Amino acid sequence: MAHLLQTSFLPSSQCLRPNPDRSSSSTSSPMVQISRRRSKTGGAVQAKIREIFMPALSSTMTEGKIVSWVKSEGEKLAKGESVVVVESDKADMDVETFYDGYLAAIMVEEGGVAAVGSAIALLAETEDEIEAARSKAAGSGSSAASSSPATASTSADPIPAEIAAPIAASAPIAAAPVAKLASAVHPASDGGKRVVASPYAKKLAKELKVELAAIAGSGPLGRIVAKDVETAAAAPVPVAAVTAAAPAPAAASNVELGTVVPFTTMQGAVSRNMLESLSVPTFRVGYTITTDALDALYKKIKSKGVTMTALLAKATALALAKHPVVNSSCRDGNSFTYNSSINIAVAVAIDGGLITPVLQDADKSDIYSLSRKWKELVDKARAKQLQPHEYNTGTFTLSNLGMFGVDRFDAILPPGTGAIMAVGASQPTAVGTKDGRIGIKNQMQVNVTADHRVIYGADLAAFLQTLSKIIEDPKDLTF
Amino acid sequence: MQASLSLSVSNPAAIPRSSHGFESSIPFPSKPVNLRFCGLRREALGFSSASTYPLSTSRSSRSVARSNKVSASLGSANGSSSAPKSFDYDLIIIGAGVGGHGAALHAVEKGLKTAIVEGDVVGGTCVNRGCVPSKALLAVSGRMRELQNEHHLKALGLQVSAAGYDRQGVADHANNLAMKIRGNLTNSMKALGVDILTGFGAVLGPQKVKVGKDTVVTAKDIIIATGSVPFVPKGIEVDGKTVITSDHALKLEFVPDWIAIVGSGYIGLEFSDVYTALGSEVTFVEALDQLMPGFDPEIGKLAQRVLINPRKIDYHTGVFATKITPAKDGKPVTIELIDAKTKEPKETLEVDAALIATGRAPFTNGLGLENINVATQRGFIPVDERMRVIDSNGDLVPHLFCIGDANGKMMLAHAASAQGISVVEQLTGRDHVLNHLSIPAACFTHPEISMVGLTEPQAREKAELEGFEVAVAKTSFKANTKALAENEGEGLAKLIYRPDNGEILGVHIFGLHAADLIHEASNAIALGTRIQDLKLAVHAHPTLSEVLDELFKSAKVSL
Repeated sequence: MAHLLQTSFLPSSQCLRPNPDRSSSSTSSPMVQISRRRSKTGGAVQAKIREIFMPALSSTMTEGKIVSWVKSEGEKLAKGESVVVVESDKADMDVETFYDGYLAAIMVEEGGVAAVGSAIALLAETEDEIEAARSKAAGSGSSAASSSPATASTSADPIPAEIAAPIAASAPIAAAPVAKLASAVHPASDGGKRVVASPYAKKLAKELKVELAAIAGSGPLGRIVAKDVETAAAAPVPVAAVTAAAPAPAAASNVELGTVVPFTTMQGAVSRNMLESLSVPTFRVGYTITTDALDALYKKIKSKGVTMTALLAKATALALAKHPVVNSSCRDGNSFTYNSSINIAVAVAIDGGLITPVLQDADKSDIYSLSRKWKELVDKARAKQLQPHEYNTGTFTLSNLGMFGVDRFDAILPPGTGAIMAVGASQPTAVGTKDGRIGIKNQMQVNVTADHRVIYGADLAAFLQTLSKIIEDPKDLTF
Repeated sequence: MQASLSLSVSNPAAIPRSSHGFESSIPFPSKPVNLRFCGLRREALGFSSASTYPLSTSRSSRSVARSNKVSASLGSANGSSSAPKSFDYDLIIIGAGVGGHGAALHAVEKGLKTAIVEGDVVGGTCVNRGCVPSKALLAVSGRMRELQNEHHLKALGLQVSAAGYDRQGVADHANNLAMKIRGNLTNSMKALGVDILTGFGAVLGPQKVKVGKDTVVTAKDIIIATGSVPFVPKGIEVDGKTVITSDHALKLEFVPDWIAIVGSGYIGLEFSDVYTALGSEVTFVEALDQLMPGFDPEIGKLAQRVLINPRKIDYHTGVFATKITPAKDGKPVTIELIDAKTKEPKETLEVDAALIATGRAPFTNGLGLENINVATQRGFIPVDERMRVIDSNGDLVPHLFCIGDANGKMMLAHAASAQGISVVEQLTGRDHVLNHLSIPAACFTHPEISMVGLTEPQAREKAELEGFEVAVAKTSFKANTKALAENEGEGLAKLIYRPDNGEILGVHIFGLHAADLIHEASNAIALGTRIQDLKLAVHAHPTLSEVLDELFKSAKVSL
């Protein structure tokens, strides 16, 4: 297959790896992806040790795996000979050298992965230089084995290496304390001696560059499963943040009477918002909705991870799609701002405060992804890791206290939005029907608070009617 | 050219060298027989004289002909055919799997009074515990894969949300399919007048079979087609729940979160496809250094890139599983691995289930082989190229044949059936040697893998030995319109051939519907069709068959 790759070291080094040092030295050939390397110790320009880079074998290739080294360290290479077999996203290909010399040091072992353009080996021009090359490889070799962006700069040039080093070093430091914590609660790890992780968890860990040893498994018998890796990856260096946040909830649940406790940042923000809401002329409209059909649907798809919150959000979003004015807001007191997307914010109580994670485009997402998204947001909210766009882009807010048995309440309109809906508990209620019978139906009361500058009574009434129709015949929710 | 050749053969008068020229007065049957015969290769024409044995339609003349045949084929008149006693049947087949079924149907077509003995269920492994139910599971896994592949669906403009499955429903589909095919098989034999004798069959002596406890049946000829059972290496404790074989897995009683599959051949690979589609994660344990041994290396590599690497699968190669303990008392299944070469302990896996897919062992115990002085080799019944059983002295046992998994020549259902048909051909007066290199094989993963003939290393080895040149041609599914329309461009077809005469040595396909595509190549090998002729054949456009069309056209034959 070597013939497919006559230009194995593609002439792309310049654009792939802009290197001011190298381009200024002008000793390196721009046509070849074996770059020359200045010896720091030698003083004079030696230009005898070249790097072999991971070539780009296809237009979509971003990293390559070393299938096998055809040559071993110390072996003499002739121009055009195959040195290494690289697996790209499409095929295995032999990669040839464009220079005579000696394969001085292999920097990425067989089975290792390297980013396109990063050094995978050093090529010495003469036998005498093998040692020098090796010591260089040893200097950058440890980090070269991985394919992190830091690697590329480390091995590329001695100068950025010093900058890159602390970055690379910070990862293990951060991971270390976690590792200790983890092994204690990791029954499958046999006292930290081994890591038991499912195949997909291992794959994900490699992709997301997460250290498996630092993760506590939540699977059967403490096994690390994919979810654990994802959680770990989503929590970048949480150690400091968590400890700092820890005292606050502790205080909240264990209040010392007779003391004054200042607002936390979040509580301060809630306070400001509530005051601001007083400048908005709001009014309220309530509606009673029968939920038998919704309850039945929920029961049916609950096992697929669908939550009631997601169902309500979806129903609300579908109703809003038909009544854009209820999804609008008044920003400046002079105009309607019709929002382009329907983002349902849902109020969540968390330790020491309140936050409104946002289900974006709730009318367009299907109920299953909406449920997954919701779960993810709640987890993030609890871990205090929500990004600003995940809690401040809501166009309509839901507040549900039904789970506490509250049957009706009203909510304060969050500034910047047009309406908020307070949802009470669904309860069996004796209902008189039009045909004169009395039956028991599950009903819940909803109560919408809206900004009367943009949303009028008839608007809300029509919206609520649509919503009740959707909830009473919820077949559209599962699309 | 082949046609004219067969014509000359089918006309007995045109064979002056036939030693049985006198029989040319017997009306030669003009039925499909001749057409099939033209399928034999030129090299096979040495057998053509056999075709002049009378394939008569009357009983009496057949018995004459066949006593001829027996002495001829045994090469020694050992008296076995001496007593022209009357038999209960012309042919008894022990084992009603696909091999036995194929043989029985062909025997009836040829006018033989046939019985088939079955101690378990009609259909054997393939129908009840193998190819058939697994295809049902794979049909489900293929659809699940499509529905879960959002990227792929999006590219087609489709929207599907949250595809799910009901395990029992899937299991029922597999079971119902097996039942249906079993019914079909049984009915087809009954309708044709094959007697189905229920009971465990054993060979009592020459031309004598015991069925069940005390029924003894005699037959002119006997075919053993008892098949195989899953092979479980020692040290592995199969409990049927968490440590299972394909027999249990096909019932799909549970879908574990994490299953280890010991062995990465056809069976293991197909199950990995099923389990990962249903949400399991899979760990392969393979004793050889590479996954998917037995496949052409290039196909294996590509298959690994498509079927293993992007899926929730990891693997340990070059290791033996020395001890596998089922899950109990809240402990997981444990698998102890040792290095295949150094025998040093390597690792212990803890998983939710283990599937043992280390191959299959012949089912030949209790067959009464000692009564006829036959010794099995690792359980397999030794046979010659005509499926005639060889006894422990190296002599042929008269009137006794063995086909299918029990002889181990090629452990595939359709190979067993082909061997059975070949035996019946011999019994009814026509010598026939099955060309095993023309038997295709397929692995029904998504996409599928199929092959016929030699792998590239095998072909190169043979070429070196026999001193000919080997060339390889390849085409990609990426260039095929139909494949692209289906958005399934991933795939490769590979042709290994002799550039000097255009003979096909092997064809390997990995890609959409590969299992259906291989037959153009396998038929060409069976019929001896050369590439230069295939190049002129026409394929409908746009179809996947054009992958092979292009493959043949890209071959360079120096004729």
